[in-house]
Amino acid sequence: MANQNFTTPAKVTRGLGSAKSGTLQHIRQRVSALALVGLVPWFLYSIIRAFQGGEASAAGWVAQPLPALLLILTAGASFYHMRIGMQVVIEDYIAKTGTRAALMILNSFACIALFLVVVLSVLKLWIGAGA
Amino acid sequence: MSGTPRADSRPLSPHLQIWRPHITMAASITHRITGVALYFGTVLIAAWLAMLAIGSDDYPLVETIVSSWFGQALLYLWTVAVLFHLVNGIRHMLWDGPAVGFDPKVASTVSVFNYAFAILGAVGIWAAATLL
Repeated sequence: MANQNFTTPAKVTRGLGSAKSGTLQHIRQRVSALALVGLVPWFLYSIIRAFQGGEASAAGWVAQPLPALLLILTAGASFYHMRIGMQVVIEDYIAKTGTRAALMILNSFACIALFLVVVLSVLKLWIGAGA
Repeated sequence: MSGTPRADSRPLSPHLQIWRPHITMAASITHRITGVALYFGTVLIAAWLAMLAIGSDDYPLVETIVSSWFGQALLYLWTVAVLFHLVNGIRHMLWDGPAVGFDPKVASTVSVFNYAFAILGAVGIWAAATLL
């Protein structure tokens, strides 16, 4: 008999409990998704209009209080959601520890940096308009 | 999981090529593909906002790209991708929350609906944004 040990991997770990950190990420992904269900339809409509109207009309749109606030909320929920989503994809397909860690760190940095770019751009257009 | 070598050589569950392809399978992978695509699409949106805020002299170049057939096609496909990820995401939340929609017939029908919603919804949003 080549394999004397009939204990399955599941049997070995059963009873040890979970890592206690998976569920939180799962819930966060869904809560940010819930926020985006409300924000995204508005965002899609507005962004297509902004592209069609030209530079002055696009800048004028961001300079209004409500679009500015909604844009920042959309950016916050989006980058939060993106970061978790991309992390799951990296965990699924990249097995090599070093590459995986590097990509996960890059993912976090990219999402936070992009969020800052969007927020500063919106604030500049909003406050800069002097409304 | 994928990085852990298996302790024994017992058979694995059947992989992709064993199953007959079905629409829920397509919807699942489309959800992931659109998710990854939107990640990079968002980088472009952020770049656009930044150029708008800086008041860059190159903004006319952005307008030229966006109004070209290529830019318009990309923007339309982006809208389709957002709407698919949105409506299929709602389905995921219905699975996770109230736990409805697991029946194979319902799941298949919803998958078809999601594709149709994404394509036609994008037409609708574009019509509304252009005409209103």
